[in-house]
Amino acid sequence: MTIYVFRRLLWMAPSLFIVFTLTFLVVHATPGSPWDEREKPLSEAVKANLNKQYHLDDPLPKQYFDYLGNVLHGDLGPSYRSVERSVSEIIAATLPVSVQLGVASLLFAIVVGVPLGALAAVKHNTWIDYTASLVTVTGIATPAFVRVSLLIVVLSLGLALLPTGGWEGIFDVRAIIPILAIGSGPAAILARYTRSSLLEVLGQDYIRTAHAKGVRPNAIIAAHAMKNALIPVVTVAGVTLGNVITGAFFVERIYGVPGIGRQFIDSVTGRDYTLLLGTVMVFALLIMVVNLLTDISYGYLDPRIRYR
Amino acid sequence: MTTVDRGFAPLAPPRAAPSVAPRRERGLWRDAWYRLTRNRAAVVGLVFVVLLLLIALFASALAPYSFDRQDLDSTDLAPSGAHLMGTDGLGRDLLSRMMYGSRISLAVALVDVAIVLLVGVPLGLIAGFFGRWIDTLIMRTVDILLAFPSLLLVIVVITYLRAVLDQGEGPLLGVLGSLDKASGGLLGVFVALGLVSWLTVARLVRGQVLSLKEKEFVEAARMVGATNVRVMTRHLLPNSLAPIIVAATFGIPLAIAAEAGLSFLGLGVRPPYPSWGILIAEGLRNMRAFPHELVFPAVILAITLICFNFLGDGLRDALDPKLRVD
Repeated sequence: MTIYVFRRLLWMAPSLFIVFTLTFLVVHATPGSPWDEREKPLSEAVKANLNKQYHLDDPLPKQYFDYLGNVLHGDLGPSYRSVERSVSEIIAATLPVSVQLGVASLLFAIVVGVPLGALAAVKHNTWIDYTASLVTVTGIATPAFVRVSLLIVVLSLGLALLPTGGWEGIFDVRAIIPILAIGSGPAAILARYTRSSLLEVLGQDYIRTAHAKGVRPNAIIAAHAMKNALIPVVTVAGVTLGNVITGAFFVERIYGVPGIGRQFIDSVTGRDYTLLLGTVMVFALLIMVVNLLTDISYGYLDPRIRYR
Repeated sequence: MTTVDRGFAPLAPPRAAPSVAPRRERGLWRDAWYRLTRNRAAVVGLVFVVLLLLIALFASALAPYSFDRQDLDSTDLAPSGAHLMGTDGLGRDLLSRMMYGSRISLAVALVDVAIVLLVGVPLGLIAGFFGRWIDTLIMRTVDILLAFPSLLLVIVVITYLRAVLDQGEGPLLGVLGSLDKASGGLLGVFVALGLVSWLTVARLVRGQVLSLKEKEFVEAARMVGATNVRVMTRHLLPNSLAPIIVAATFGIPLAIAAEAGLSFLGLGVRPPYPSWGILIAEGLRNMRAFPHELVFPAVILAITLICFNFLGDGLRDALDPKLRVD
């Protein structure tokens, strides 16, 4: 197991390197420069000076290796748009916000999604199951920007319960709509997996045995069935993380949350290529770490799985 | 049956064939259709999708106004008899814009299915059938691209495409650039979505082929001299058709949502073309004073995506009863 984890960690370095190189090449193959303003064109001399200042006039291989060296030292370079903050500083300021929001959304997803799926499986083929599956399909089908729009309309404009935007930390009421909007996607995924997994477990012989020896039905669900049903649910952690990240792109922008997802979108629309590169690297690292943690925890939870 | 007299007395008189009422033959597709129409949610989904298709096809005849007709005397009107969904900030009729917008969504759906069938299915067939290095090459590519949230890839790629197509230098890029402009930015969306939409189907078809190619009927086809291409197209493909249809159906709402998301961010379809994503973005800007401009496009997009999912669920249950959990 230790060897397995160690090898996976070793593999992460070349994977990140490939992501870095590909993104770097795509970004540099993109024509136009960050200084192309449609409204206020800069003079050629100013552009040349800017290019010199940011070393954009160096040959591409030199730019690549200089930049790679800087990244290895934790310096992701200057942001083309933001004068006062470097990319590393922007990420350091915005990533914690998004991590708080993401963790809260995932907690919401677990607290709501797993019981919803379990309830649907236990009340299989009743109106409870059908209602739960309608909720689940809605959560899976609708993208986050539609969910957050409708939540704002209902909760902020219609019922006037919550503000229409802003961010005052994760424990403020302003965090509720972003958490609901981002978390409902993963919640639906978890509910669907929990339902089908629990249905399968409930058909097993040892469940019938437990019934036969007179264990109370609720105890069977809680102690025998859920324990085994939840093991395969762990494998969707990667899918739910992807859902949270892409959800954050839209929700943070729409609701005005100063997180890294909004920085990514702003970097795309504002052609801030160093910021784009930096945020993509952060997402890639996050995804790899979570996938590794998923595989490790799966190995612990299910002793039948042996990693070599 | 004829009994041959071999000089022995038969042990028992030959039995009459048991009389069985002839069972009406039902093919796989007829059977699937029967099961599909028994599924209420799937029928709702199917009806809605067909309606949407008709609206998109006949938008120019059905829409009460043109999608870009401005009327600055009647801006931001609430829904009324003259404007069933109200008007936007430039006095454009929202219902008409939604109707024309459905064309964009369904064009994306169509292209998505085409890419699944023309790229995903052949690559999956080839990877599963030939195995070895070509399988490794295709499937590692799929693994790498699937490791990231598809929208992240799509956004990075479309940023690049937008810049390249806008520049439009050289003969090929010039033509593609003008095509992109003529289509209101749809070409770029198609290419970016095309990069990711074939992945899951390729993996699925490969898995099907891996298990099917060991079956006896494939061996039998080989024995009578069927070529590789024939085995793939006449034996492996038809037997993988059910899961392909299901996967393609589930891919459609993902593609429609991705296009709406890109257009929402200003990376997809360009105004004045009324992509539902653009309508939602415009609605968000006006939501405090005129919430109907946000509610109609957001709710209709949500219903469309849900209905495609209903249809996908129904098709999965109808085409492969073994897959049913319940």
